[in-house]
Amino acid sequence: MQLVLEKRAERSTKIAILSPLLAIALTLVTMSILFAILGKNPVAALIVYFVEPLTDSFTLMEIAVKATPLVMIAIGLSLCYLANVWNIGAEGQFIMGAVCGSWLAVVTNGTGAGPWVLPAMLVMGAAGGALWALIPALCKVKFGANEILTSLMLVYVADLIMDYLVRGPWRDPKGMNFPTTASFDPVATVPALFETGRIHWGALAALIVVALATVMLGRTIKGFEIRVVGAAPRAARFAGFSSSRLVLFTFAVSGALAGLAGIIEVAGPVGVLQPGISPGYGFTAIIVAFLGRLNPVGILIAGLFLALTFIGGEGAQISMKIPLDLTKVFQGILLFYVLACDSLILYRIRLIATQKKASHGTA
Amino acid sequence: MVNPASASSPSAREPLLQAIGLSKRYGTFLANDSIDLDLYTGEIHAFLGENGAGKSTLVKTMYGLIQPSAGELRFLGEKLELTGPSDARSRGIAMVFQHFSLFDNLTVAENVALGLDGVESFAAMSARLAQVSRDYGLPLDPNREVWRLSVGERQRIEIVRALMQNPKLLILDEPTAVLTPQEADQLFTVLFRLKSEGRALLYISHKLDEVKRLCDTATILRGGKKISTCDPRQETAASLARMMVGAEIGEVKATSARATTVPRLLINDLSLEPDDPHGVYLKGISVEVKGGEILGIAGVAGNGQDELFSALSGERQAPKDDNVIIDGHAAGHLSVTDRRKLGAAFVPEERLGHGTAPRMKLSENALLTGHAASDMVHHGFVDKPKTLETVDKTTKTFDVRKAKRDPEAASLSGGNLQKFIVGREILREPGVLIVSQPTWGVDAGAAAVIRQALLDLSGRGSAVLVISQDLDELAEIADRIAVMFHGHLSEPIAAADATREKLGLLMGGASPAQAEAGVSKEAVHAIGA
Repeated sequence: MQLVLEKRAERSTKIAILSPLLAIALTLVTMSILFAILGKNPVAALIVYFVEPLTDSFTLMEIAVKATPLVMIAIGLSLCYLANVWNIGAEGQFIMGAVCGSWLAVVTNGTGAGPWVLPAMLVMGAAGGALWALIPALCKVKFGANEILTSLMLVYVADLIMDYLVRGPWRDPKGMNFPTTASFDPVATVPALFETGRIHWGALAALIVVALATVMLGRTIKGFEIRVVGAAPRAARFAGFSSSRLVLFTFAVSGALAGLAGIIEVAGPVGVLQPGISPGYGFTAIIVAFLGRLNPVGILIAGLFLALTFIGGEGAQISMKIPLDLTKVFQGILLFYVLACDSLILYRIRLIATQKKASHGTA
Repeated sequence: MVNPASASSPSAREPLLQAIGLSKRYGTFLANDSIDLDLYTGEIHAFLGENGAGKSTLVKTMYGLIQPSAGELRFLGEKLELTGPSDARSRGIAMVFQHFSLFDNLTVAENVALGLDGVESFAAMSARLAQVSRDYGLPLDPNREVWRLSVGERQRIEIVRALMQNPKLLILDEPTAVLTPQEADQLFTVLFRLKSEGRALLYISHKLDEVKRLCDTATILRGGKKISTCDPRQETAASLARMMVGAEIGEVKATSARATTVPRLLINDLSLEPDDPHGVYLKGISVEVKGGEILGIAGVAGNGQDELFSALSGERQAPKDDNVIIDGHAAGHLSVTDRRKLGAAFVPEERLGHGTAPRMKLSENALLTGHAASDMVHHGFVDKPKTLETVDKTTKTFDVRKAKRDPEAASLSGGNLQKFIVGREILREPGVLIVSQPTWGVDAGAAAVIRQALLDLSGRGSAVLVISQDLDELAEIADRIAVMFHGHLSEPIAAADATREKLGLLMGGASPAQAEAGVSKEAVHAIGA
């Protein structure tokens, strides 16, 4: 017997929905084996990871807090990936958004500036992320530089810029030499939604982004352009769509969304600019984008699920002494299975009987 | 070498290859439905059928690329179960595909070496290659890179490669599709020689006159079933076509009122560097197409037709704005979208991936070209009902057959998708239509619909430019025909004066004066070689 991948006539909508679920199931099986190897009870570990965070209103809100940047970044990335543009540097755009927005918070700190500060910070955050993203985009369009490499490398540049600023010029003079800015003023802070918990208005912003992306992809000519350029580049050129213009557009939009997520994160839950504002949101968002089928609503669901793994991972570290790095292992395995299962959308697996050589006789 | 065929009648001999109740099923679709057939040595056997009739599936089974679902093949009386193409080759079954599998940057000899299963040294192989190509009158320089060769020469590589395996059965898939009439004649000489050596040849084609000229037996396939096996020399082209299509094919006719004489498309001294190193340099192309006229551009593939199409469509910009003039507007520097807004429409050669996005729905593919110059988009928002309306209208007017209202483009058969693509443009009533290979790989029924639609459009006063390798097609619909060769476009000649021989000479690179004088065949062969 032999396993063969056979091309389907049309893409299977059923599998398109089932594929992420299958990927999650396979990941859980793999994770159970890993837990067992680490000497932990797999069932107990999975419960700590995936069930316990859902039983408590505080952790539920924390999931929403973590999902907010993931969803915003992943929506932007999905536009890139749909257009076959590979922005891997959302982490850097997230950081630069946070840095640019924070600048305003730092210079207005303690000056009693009015309520215009926060909106201006959000704009600057988005602009900072977009400009940072346009560097690899321009390099690609002008010089043909591979955007995967350039966007990824700029992550580390952004990280070091932030590091320099918070250890140097922007360091809080009253911060006992900790590498951090002063706490943002209330006018420079994203307000919380409720009295308790850290959930903030950014979560609503993420929902609005999901809605806007749904409309754009489904109903507008721009969304159509993005999809055609990705799916059939030659047909897109024939349609009169310019792929370089689209590279710039998708990079700018995804950079802006990542930057916005960055400034919302520092002006919301974190409250200061400091190293480690992101536990790798920009990279995890890549998984969110694919797990969500590059579809805005799917991304919303996938963002909540990946946020769950962050919270569950923290819980598992505390209660079962499972290393936090296992969360990253989990996310990596998940992405691997998602991409593998996706081939089933266009192909089906068939078992084919192979003839035995002996049956040919001596002809 | 194979023993020469005995002189007795075919039925008395043992068949070389036999198919018995051969079926191939894909899901619920029967690509081949219990086909019985005998191939004899010393015989050229034709497979005739429209696209999707099951010819390719059948030959791929014979070449070991596909395993049959039911039934069996017998080779010299013994059951044959092929594990793959190399197994088929080792038993003496060779195939020349319609689409060549050659590496452009490698030499002829390197390409041949890659395709052979043997273990001989490269030098010995090169020597044998030179020997075989000389023996059969298929001249090839083993050290030349493939990208420098004409399509006819590339085909020679494939044939020589097949012959170097000394096959008992040689399968040729539409070998003349890419050849000039003169090149086809040369090929036929080789095929007759192979036949006389006692090999069996399987010749897949849908060109009826060729089959009548060349083949001893013809098996007609339709919808996966064998319709009949006959002697094509005893049949008329019409009777063969009837068996292929299962119905009479209507003849296309021009509408009478074709009055206007205003040039609607002007190409002025268009020269353009190719954008890839293997492309063709367009050199000083000038021609005009009047309203109400169809201008045909003939030529062997790869002589600059693709480059001309992209320069006209706006996928590539012309060097000067007035190189291309659409309805009086200089359009050389305009984008595809702006040219469409001037009332031009374009149908590229490649249906999937160029004319349509294969994995997108027909309504989205209607939007693909329709967004430029129709009311499908309001303030950036797509009017979905409008795009569906276009699909329905095209479906109705051009008889596009599909499984549901709005399927993915890739799920349509070639003929139906082509009707959709041509229909989508014609429904916009373009003033200028530029279409490349309008009926390439399309079944006869759909081809007739498309050609009639082009004639009707020009009858309504549009200028139509048709790039085609099919001389019969151009003879049928074009008013004037020009020929592309090495990036040059000849002066157009009236279709009535354009004999196959004259066009063939121009396609081989003769000057119009030479073609007029009917330069001897030898001269053309010299150019072709």
